[in-house]
Amino acid sequence: MLSPDQVVEAYFLEARHQLLEVAALLDRHDAAVAREGRGAGPAAAAKLAVLRQAIAALGDDRPVQERTVALLEIFARI
Amino acid sequence: MQIIQPHYHAIARTAQDYERMAMSGVVAVAEPAFWAGFDRLYPETFIDYFRQISEFEPTRAAQYGIRHFCWVAVNPKEAENPTLTREVLKHFPEFFAKPTVLGVGETGLHKATKNECESLEAHVELAMKHGQLVLIHTPHLADKAHGTKKVLEVLAGMKVDPERIWIDHVEEQTIRPCLDAGYWVGFTLYPITKCSPKRAVDMLEKYGTEKILVNSSADWGPSDPFTLQECILEFRRRGHSLQEAIEVFHNNPCRFLGQNPKFDIKPIRVETLVEAAT
Repeated sequence: MLSPDQVVEAYFLEARHQLLEVAALLDRHDAAVAREGRGAGPAAAAKLAVLRQAIAALGDDRPVQERTVALLEIFARI
Repeated sequence: MQIIQPHYHAIARTAQDYERMAMSGVVAVAEPAFWAGFDRLYPETFIDYFRQISEFEPTRAAQYGIRHFCWVAVNPKEAENPTLTREVLKHFPEFFAKPTVLGVGETGLHKATKNECESLEAHVELAMKHGQLVLIHTPHLADKAHGTKKVLEVLAGMKVDPERIWIDHVEEQTIRPCLDAGYWVGFTLYPITKCSPKRAVDMLEKYGTEKILVNSSADWGPSDPFTLQECILEFRRRGHSLQEAIEVFHNNPCRFLGQNPKFDIKPIRVETLVEAAT
């Protein structure tokens, strides 16, 4: 199995890439809102809210459960 | 759709990539000189490499109906050996005379050291003296913002024509100052470490399509020439027209590279034919 250092070194760039994709999605949404002068409809807004909850959950340094479990439960709400 | 791949390290790829690119509409590739994965020691090694990309590689591409063009440079990763750089630079003019060499590239910065900056200056100066185009590499990841700023500072201190300079691998935090200074910019699509196809389309929507080139580089590292086609699909999927896609992925390379008359592929326009009823 991998050491803590190996885990970070092996997956850092991939995680960086994935987080940038999420950031780009949120920027893309904001640009669309600015362009169209209106926000997302109820169904899309609910999905966006869930994404934001998931992002917030990732920032927890001492989660009570595994982060993947927490995110799957958050995503199960929609 | 006809596509031009303006930054492609063909010698690191298989003939199968040429075949698949040809089947997907690629009509031309341009190959900048690249780092070999280790620091070369001898000027002659570079000379043979330049011969490979300017003489042999066009014949390999031609088997699949693809035009192959190239650039010559000492890669910034090898700029820490100024004596070697100077020796190699002496041979550039003989390659400028070859029918498929478009200019000097990819020069640029890696860690933005003093030697790298001097090498960049020497490359750009030689290109300008010989009326050549320039392709500039900007650093990766954590070095990106600082290195790009340094590239712009070096260029600002020289007498250059920004229209003939392409600053490559720009991302969201570096695109604006490069465009504002009048240079062409390139998005390089990599699976993980550079720009993604979706982010590239975001930037095209934000900054417009003028003076922007999109490429997938595709070298010997983790890379995929078809991230370019993935980007075209994403662009079209968001509702941009076929002609708009052609403007970005075919005509813009024609406009920049075509400043060197050796690149004779012209911009194209799609047209609906009105046929007489029978």
